Amino acid sequence: MTRSPVRPASQRGEARLPAVLLLLLVLAVSWVLWSGLYKPLLLGLGAFSCLLSAYLAHRMGFFRHQALMALLPGLPAYWWWLLREIAVSSIEVAKLILKPSMPISPTMVELKAQSDSEVGQVILGNSITLSPGTVTVDVHEGKLLVHCLTRDSARSLQSGEVTRRAARLENN
Amino acid sequence: MIELALDVVSWVLLAVGGACVLIGGIGGLRLPNFYTRIHAASLTDTMATLLIFVGMMLQSGLSLATLKLFAIMLFLLLTGPTATYALANAALLSGLKPEGDTGQSKHGENTQP
Repeated sequence: MTRSPVRPASQRGEARLPAVLLLLLVLAVSWVLWSGLYKPLLLGLGAFSCLLSAYLAHRMGFFRHQALMALLPGLPAYWWWLLREIAVSSIEVAKLILKPSMPISPTMVELKAQSDSEVGQVILGNSITLSPGTVTVDVHEGKLLVHCLTRDSARSLQSGEVTRRAARLENN
Repeated sequence: MIELALDVVSWVLLAVGGACVLIGGIGGLRLPNFYTRIHAASLTDTMATLLIFVGMMLQSGLSLATLKLFAIMLFLLLTGPTATYALANAALLSGLKPEGDTGQSKHGENTQP
């Protein structure tokens, strides 16, 4: 399903300067759009805070995860799919809560992430938490512990569509 | 005409979003224990956030405010799950056992995992 040649983004160590410049550009554009004022003082403060943010990001190891930039093209399609999942499971959870008998069946399941990188696992875990009815409780060595509100939601999680889509996001 | 339609759509979104907040609150009260109550909170966290922010964006039209609202929504949606994970993980690590771990449901029926 890969359209462009597969490039293990996490293994590129040398592409640091473009990443730094891209981050600075994004920060500068958002500062200018946000403030909407073009006085020298504010622009100076903006430049200062952009540089400070870039430095802090560097200290946090943001640029070690080269994968972040490679994710961007696949993101809109992934978000669109996630949005529909969220809508469907929201309605299910709302129905469960409002039913007088409240037929819940809490279940713990363990999922294996298909991606080896930290970023991929974070995206997977957060996507699972984002959809109502499933919460990631623990991430350890590529395995995710997920608490589900019903056995049905646990089963649909184990069918593996989320893990597949989150993994595909990284290598296209 | 289009303005009226936009108004109607945005009010519907805002109302449904408000209902999501309410249902999340009811769930927080009705559900039996910590881990299940988190699920009710996540209904408020994600669905209500999405609906209310899209409703507000439709109200503000094509302006800078819309972009800012979109950014706020994005930040909420990115940081919300992280906070939920921190909460749930802290509970797990401090030894709060989730029921249903062994495949036993709340209503006492025994089901094999």
